[in-house]
Amino acid sequence: MRRSALNLLGLLVAAFAVFPVVWMVATSFKSTPEIFSGGPVPFPRHPTLDHYRTILTGDLIPGVTFVDFFRNSVLVAVATVVLSGLIALLAATAVSRFRFRFRTSILIMLLVVQMIPLEALVIPLFLMIQRLGLYDTLASLVLTYVGFSLPFAVWMLRGFVAAVPVELEEAAAIDGASRAQIFRRILLPLVAPGLAATSIFSFIVAWNELIFALTFLNDQTRYTLPVAMTFFFGRDDTAWGPVMAASTLLTIPVLIFFLVVQRRMVSGLAAGAIKG
Amino acid sequence: MTAPDAFLTRPAPPARSFRRGAGRVPYLLLLPCLLVIGALLLWPLGQVVVMSLYDLDSVRQVRGQRPWPFAGLANYREVLTDPFFHTVLRNTVLFAVANVVLTMVLGTLVGLLLHRLGRRMAAFVGGCVLLAWATPALTGTITWKWIFDDTNGLVTWLFNALPDGLSSALFGRSDWTGYGWFNAPLSFFSILTLVVVWHSFPFIAVSVLAGLKSLPSELLEAARVDGAGPWRSFWSITFPLLRPVFGILVVLSTIWDFKVFTQQYVLAGGTQDRPTFMLSIYSYATAFSPPPKYGLGATIAVVLTVILLIVTGVYVRSLLKQEEL
Repeated sequence: MRRSALNLLGLLVAAFAVFPVVWMVATSFKSTPEIFSGGPVPFPRHPTLDHYRTILTGDLIPGVTFVDFFRNSVLVAVATVVLSGLIALLAATAVSRFRFRFRTSILIMLLVVQMIPLEALVIPLFLMIQRLGLYDTLASLVLTYVGFSLPFAVWMLRGFVAAVPVELEEAAAIDGASRAQIFRRILLPLVAPGLAATSIFSFIVAWNELIFALTFLNDQTRYTLPVAMTFFFGRDDTAWGPVMAASTLLTIPVLIFFLVVQRRMVSGLAAGAIKG
Repeated sequence: MTAPDAFLTRPAPPARSFRRGAGRVPYLLLLPCLLVIGALLLWPLGQVVVMSLYDLDSVRQVRGQRPWPFAGLANYREVLTDPFFHTVLRNTVLFAVANVVLTMVLGTLVGLLLHRLGRRMAAFVGGCVLLAWATPALTGTITWKWIFDDTNGLVTWLFNALPDGLSSALFGRSDWTGYGWFNAPLSFFSILTLVVVWHSFPFIAVSVLAGLKSLPSELLEAARVDGAGPWRSFWSITFPLLRPVFGILVVLSTIWDFKVFTQQYVLAGGTQDRPTFMLSIYSYATAFSPPPKYGLGATIAVVLTVILLIVTGVYVRSLLKQEEL
């Protein structure tokens, strides 16, 4: 095929892929009359921040605005990232730095549990959360999301830990460093880019999740963003301007983080640490 | 979400002798991880099977404040003989097959295209494709719902813009304002397919591209010199060499498309649209829509899990063949 034909195809694919995202952002900046006049106006003629003002300052229920849901989501996501990152780092160190019985079995288990359909666990986890007295708390979500993001986090981190040259740790050990010191002073800084990448994946899991948040939360003031979106904006006769503004605000952090991970954060730190 | 790197990279196995006598240390490091996975993934997996054997109709039973009447296999009998379950199963299988095929074909074609594009163009198209992948299922679906809105949506506008005569001849109507795109099951599933394929083809494209980049270019050049067209060289060279990658991608897509929930929940506006139910939303609605039937919902979840377990078995076997643990 000729180059120009290929390029044209490429542009078509690109248009199909980005169109909904562009349409979402564009709608969020259009004035209400412009939205309701219909028609394929790709970009707002008179950009306005009205819809953002509406969702950020207007009460969705008395005393609760979109900002509160945003804060709930951030809380849950950050707690998930911290816990899952910490536990995953310990586990990744174990499987990539030590040889021990059951090592292979544990790695296979980590793979297999990633295939468990989480949708099938809603009912038993609902039972667990009820019995632990965690129903209608954000903690129930943190707990759940740590469980969901952990297997993949360990699987991903293990590659990063393995990439840190063991020679560095051996040198530190010869110099008299304890295991804890080696972990904190050598491994942790060198594996930080991997930890960042892993954290972002955990963040996205927690940030996007809908079903469990829908099931475990009752009080509307505790809703996370996705639940609030389906609850307040999922009705018929939708005001598409505010909905698209809210969607844009939910989407942007994910897009930014995703693009960061995608570059894999190649760090020259480890490469430069060993000479010769 | 899974990165393609997860199964395309191979971290080196640990190889240091001075660590061998480490004793309890690795087990201690693994303890929190194993506890979390045990409590939050494995225990519930067992519990869902247990729950499917009981009649559970109230939250109090779930909390353990009231006894659980043992039902044996009655829930399974009820589910498997229910004609509605057969509709749901048929919906699920047809939807999964259609979506896997479409996602794989589109994803592979885009992967091949990205491989042949010039450097800058490939980066641009690749970036756009990544954007679709990164968009949360929730907001992506809400946006598609807006595009298909029955009064001011773009699609409604486009159909209204067709010449009336042509529109009437083709579809039997010229005024599309107020047309419910999500009402008829076929139309609903077509839009759901569009949404799911849009969201999942980027992963396939990026993975196929990574596979293509790992192939020695000499083989394809030799084939071209020998006069093989693109079709021939794909099926005779590219596909056989990348067979493991394609295998894994098909299995992963099958797993994902079998348990679609968010997109369906958002497009249907909740759990009321029974004719378009598929397994995961059916299980959820049975358990949580009043009157709650947790036992019956768990039974449907078990059926879904068993189907996916079979697919997963295939996946793990193919993965173990190529990955060095």
